[in-house]
Amino acid sequence: MIRKFRLGKSYYEWGESAIAFFILLPTLSLVALFILWPLVQVFYLSLTNWSLVKGTKDFIGLDNFRFLSKDPNFLKSIRTTFMYSFIKIPIDLVLALGCAVLLDKAVPFRRFIRASYFAPVIVPIVASALIWIWFYDPGIGPFNTILKTLGLAPVNWLSDERTALLSIIIFAVWRGLGYDILLFLTGLQGISETYVEAARIDGANPRQIFFRIKLPLLSPIVYFVLLMGVINSFKVFTEISVMTPNGGPLYSTGVMVYYIYEAAFTRGRFGRAAAASVVLFAIVLALTLVQKKIAKKSVFSE
Amino acid sequence: MSKPHKHNWAAFTALVAGLVVMIFPFVWMILSAFKSKADVYAYPPKWIPSGLNWENFARAFVMVPFARWFLNSLLVSAAMTFLQVGSAIFAAYAFSKMRFPFKGAIYLVVISTMLLPQILTIIPMFLLIAKLGLVDSYGGLILPELFSGFTILLLQQYFMAIPDDLMHAARIDGCGPLGCLRHVVIPNSGAAIATASFFSFLGHWRSYLWPLIVVNSTKLRTLPIGLKYLITESSNDYQVMMAASVMAIMPVLIAFVFTEKRFIRSITLSGLKA
Repeated sequence: MIRKFRLGKSYYEWGESAIAFFILLPTLSLVALFILWPLVQVFYLSLTNWSLVKGTKDFIGLDNFRFLSKDPNFLKSIRTTFMYSFIKIPIDLVLALGCAVLLDKAVPFRRFIRASYFAPVIVPIVASALIWIWFYDPGIGPFNTILKTLGLAPVNWLSDERTALLSIIIFAVWRGLGYDILLFLTGLQGISETYVEAARIDGANPRQIFFRIKLPLLSPIVYFVLLMGVINSFKVFTEISVMTPNGGPLYSTGVMVYYIYEAAFTRGRFGRAAAASVVLFAIVLALTLVQKKIAKKSVFSE
Repeated sequence: MSKPHKHNWAAFTALVAGLVVMIFPFVWMILSAFKSKADVYAYPPKWIPSGLNWENFARAFVMVPFARWFLNSLLVSAAMTFLQVGSAIFAAYAFSKMRFPFKGAIYLVVISTMLLPQILTIIPMFLLIAKLGLVDSYGGLILPELFSGFTILLLQQYFMAIPDDLMHAARIDGCGPLGCLRHVVIPNSGAAIATASFFSFLGHWRSYLWPLIVVNSTKLRTLPIGLKYLITESSNDYQVMMAASVMAIMPVLIAFVFTEKRFIRSITLSGLKA
């Protein structure tokens, strides 16, 4: 006889439930210790002047947030992160969608091409960033060599305040494109031929088929790519830290994560850094909610 | 897709042009790893090295403790993969094949951790690791990044596809929940576990932010951290940097060539359903 118990409207077996919790124990303790506890802690820390250098850890209310609202570097880091996002995501979407549409056609070597576009996604970012640092070298980099050959003025890429962020974005598009192509391609291949055939019989031309049939059917994936794109731009750090040390010329590539990293681990201002990461979280959360609202209106669902 | 199509050569040409741009950095890296310093600074620039200079690779090992960094990355990634996939198999099994109270809520918490930016929890995490005395140690490198919602999600997607009939049959044969895991689920999920392990290994091989924070001493650096410092410590010897990059990138690319099909299927499977 299996012993059962009731919780709400459902019945569970004692033995099975006990085993389930037992085997979930490693996962649950890791989540509790390294995610949930730090999550609670970061909000508390953001209200303190916790500093490794000064040795203080007193409760100071909202002072950190007041400081951040007046700190030019922090405000700049928010602007830079948004700029990164606004420039990178449209380029990424258009290129990835374009490549996916081409790959969806009857092309030879499709698997090889898809894999080649995907290769930059999986390699360690630091290693590929080293290659691009050379590309961007003002003296002996291939980019300036090409510009010179074309008779154009050389550019200081990573060491010029005006082009540093753009250079990072070009690299980031290169290294992330394959992932989005893959998602779009899967979406396109999942569209049933019958829709396309029906439209064709009704006399739709290829352009109408793409914009009226395929794109609306693809909108859940466009939404997903957009959402991940925004979340990921608020995480960007590795290429910034490797390619432009100290936040770039005049802090032009100092994104929010870089600001937080520097405040905490270079200056030891943990309280202030925690407050900055709470602000980052609030922004990501707000953007996600706004996107969800837009998605409800415009994302097609079957 | 039943109609036989003629190849679309216009699309193919455009894609190949893009492909050249995408893989050019890797071609450049491999060619340059064999360049001499004179080749690097030559004007007009040399695209092809004047000879096979293996000394760049040797210099990467002499200039910095590259072998140690490589071993650190290998060791840490392997240990983390083993522990992460091991715990994820149990969790994924519980979520996909067992009934227990609060399953939905617990699952939601575990999976939604994927949406949290790592930077949000990293400061308290560092304080916790410091309190445990694990700063600048292998334990400090490994523990905080052991959990991955993605690995659980990936395995769970595969486990769900195992027919419940198979489970019932094993139950009737006298298997308990753990017996079913051992005799039905695991033997039928070799490919899934291999894929999850590859993803997990790759994630740790690439990991940058946490190792950068938790490691202070030169000898404990993992490969990505070592490479970052190589920029300053090699005094811009690009050809040595390229040789080091080759050694960090090639194992990943070669592994990818062999697992490409399954790898890409898993991404579309779990990436879209997330």
